[in-house]
Amino acid sequence: MKIIRKIFLLFPALLLSLLAMAQNKPVEMADSMRSNGRIYVVVAVALTIMAGLILYVFRLDRKISRLEKESN
Amino acid sequence: MTNEKNYMHKSWWKIAAVLLLIYTVIAGFLGPVPHLPLLQETIRNLYFHVCMWFAMMILFTVSVVNSIRYLRSFNLKYDIYARQFAVVAIVFGILGYITGAIWASYTWADPNKPAANSFSTIARDPKLIGAAIALLVYFAYLILRDSVQDMDKKARISAVYNIFAYAILFPAIWILPRILPSLHPGNDGENPALDVKNDIDSGMRMVFYPAVIGWTLLGVWITTLKIRFSLLKEKKMSA
Repeated sequence: MKIIRKIFLLFPALLLSLLAMAQNKPVEMADSMRSNGRIYVVVAVALTIMAGLILYVFRLDRKISRLEKESN
Repeated sequence: MTNEKNYMHKSWWKIAAVLLLIYTVIAGFLGPVPHLPLLQETIRNLYFHVCMWFAMMILFTVSVVNSIRYLRSFNLKYDIYARQFAVVAIVFGILGYITGAIWASYTWADPNKPAANSFSTIARDPKLIGAAIALLVYFAYLILRDSVQDMDKKARISAVYNIFAYAILFPAIWILPRILPSLHPGNDGENPALDVKNDIDSGMRMVFYPAVIGWTLLGVWITTLKIRFSLLKEKKMSA
């Protein structure tokens, strides 16, 4: 269970690092974040919002689990 | 009411929900879509707007099942389940309504006419009225619940009402819009925006079905949190 949770938390971090890597290309005027009408920027924003919401729900889940343990 | 461990405490389906939603966002924005006039890139709203309604219908179905379970056993636990599933379903319904309004204002509205004129045409659409009726019926469910003081009476009346509300939900959002002329896809007896020949291709379905499951699981996750919280509160009150 602990391991699953750790993997779960790794996701946003992994995604961010992927995005960062995409920006560190050698001197090239059009990297992936600036090509295709910059649609990848929209994807990054939407993913960040999603990650934030899911993290929020995840933390709520843990808090309620702790409460349940205390009340038992 | 005991705190037995059940599916609410399992994590595999929560991970599945997260993975499916990440897939939805990535493939939903980047995947290939048919090039259709008027719709253009907004066809990608299928992965978000339509999924809200699918999640709503599934959550309402779970809610009515729990109402029936309550009426069979008179176990107040099922009353809490039914209520929380209905609440989250209403939230998804409101989100579906708002996203639909945004979408419609850029695809149905005539840019040459004043916005108010277009609005009066759009607001008259049977699909929208049907969805509004369905949501209002469920608002009444919550009001009815909170207006009864006695716990058992409240549970019993609202469980019966929930079954009636469910019985009006499907005529209001499925049958009524299909038999009336509507701007919304899905009149003349076809399926709303799911017509494989005209609207979406197999590539879109590869994203759409996982998206429905992902959004629904997210809704179930939020609902289980609310249920667990209510059960804890109930336990504290009775202790």
